[in-house]
Amino acid sequence: MRSLNSLQFNRTTRARFVWLVSQKLKSAGSHVGLAALILTFVLVGTVSAQHRISLSGDVQAKISYCKDCHGVSAQGFNGYYPIPRLAGQQPEYIENQLRAFIEHRRTNNIMFNVAHSLSPAMINALTAHFASLNPPPIGGAPRQLVATGRKIFEDGMPEVNIAACAACHGPEATGSGQIPRLAGQLYPYMIKTLGSWDKERGRNPTVPDAAAIMSPVAHSLNKSQIEAVAAFVSTLRSPRGTPNAVQ
Amino acid sequence: MRGNRLKAAVLIAFCWIYHPAAGDAEVLAVRNCNWCHGGSASGYPPAPALAAQRPQYVAKQLANFRAHTRDTPFSRQYMWGAARNLDAESVRNLALYFASLPPRAASDGVPSLVGLGQTIYQQGMPEANIVACVVCHGPNGEGIRDIPRLGGLDSTYLRRRLEQWNQGYHAAAGPPMISIASKLSDDQIDALASYLSFVK
Repeated sequence: MRSLNSLQFNRTTRARFVWLVSQKLKSAGSHVGLAALILTFVLVGTVSAQHRISLSGDVQAKISYCKDCHGVSAQGFNGYYPIPRLAGQQPEYIENQLRAFIEHRRTNNIMFNVAHSLSPAMINALTAHFASLNPPPIGGAPRQLVATGRKIFEDGMPEVNIAACAACHGPEATGSGQIPRLAGQLYPYMIKTLGSWDKERGRNPTVPDAAAIMSPVAHSLNKSQIEAVAAFVSTLRSPRGTPNAVQ
Repeated sequence: MRGNRLKAAVLIAFCWIYHPAAGDAEVLAVRNCNWCHGGSASGYPPAPALAAQRPQYVAKQLANFRAHTRDTPFSRQYMWGAARNLDAESVRNLALYFASLPPRAASDGVPSLVGLGQTIYQQGMPEANIVACVVCHGPNGEGIRDIPRLGGLDSTYLRRRLEQWNQGYHAAAGPPMISIASKLSDDQIDALASYLSFVK
């Protein structure tokens, strides 16, 4: 009985609303065309809003799942293993790495399973979200290494044939396309990645990828040079989100 | 000869008065812990094992008890009082002492649940948005820095902690654990607690 009452009430209110709108339109003239236009907008709006709600529920849950490891602002997290920062990362880079896990180009059991559970639409939503974030770096690198790291990053080491990192990763280390942003990346993650490049990347000879470009560079850097570059980029605050960031 | 005897007497008196007293004070603090946490701090449910626990974690939890940010019922009942009068040096010494004791697995979980628990711990369940515990807590549940050792803790403690984050206690968890625990079902919590209790 009560629900019937509220239904009737709703109908009454809706009727009154439609009547009010039609009155307004009449006073404005050309009411039929405008009413149709407004009706279309209302219908389309309702449908897409409902669609967005169901999609965004899944996306929100998946974002929360990613951030359980990668940090509440995707700033990265030092667990037993260093978990990289995704905030501000290039969408194309993340998408390519997720495919790399599946294609065994990049070895990581956990991320292999994670990548398998993501649909292309989900990957688009996630990469757009992460690209839009720009929290400050979590820090923790030895400060005394930063100056040496900056020099290697900006000038390279011509005497041993190492190009400036900035040449590809950009002067602010924001990356571009499949080339990753390094600004604010975790110090221990950078060390692990550069120190074991060929053990983790470019592992599938049948599917060559951009990892081949970094391979000789990673090999030419010694331990203290790796630490210096890692320290420098880990302290870099990007003045903005990634330029290519969508949404 | 007489002088020597006097010196010996003074030395004996000195040792008698000071040394045992100082020793007692040190032992007393540990004995107070062991009263609940078990001999060799190997756990005595509901109190968890402290043996081989990460020293940074123990020190941080003692600070949390003092600050009342770890606020579960047993914390209020026992640990708030126990930690109230510990100074920074005692906290450091206790943490290092417990870290130095060898771990002993409680092995009190349900053996049939170990398989599922191991899967969740080592691989997570990506479809259900459950992360792999191993990434932060280490391949043998050994923990690192202030991330606690979980391997070998008794299953009732592990289950209780995972449940309590869902019950609204702050329980001094950082941001990840409250969010992670909220995604676990009762069965998954049972499985994880069972698996970890056997991990050495």
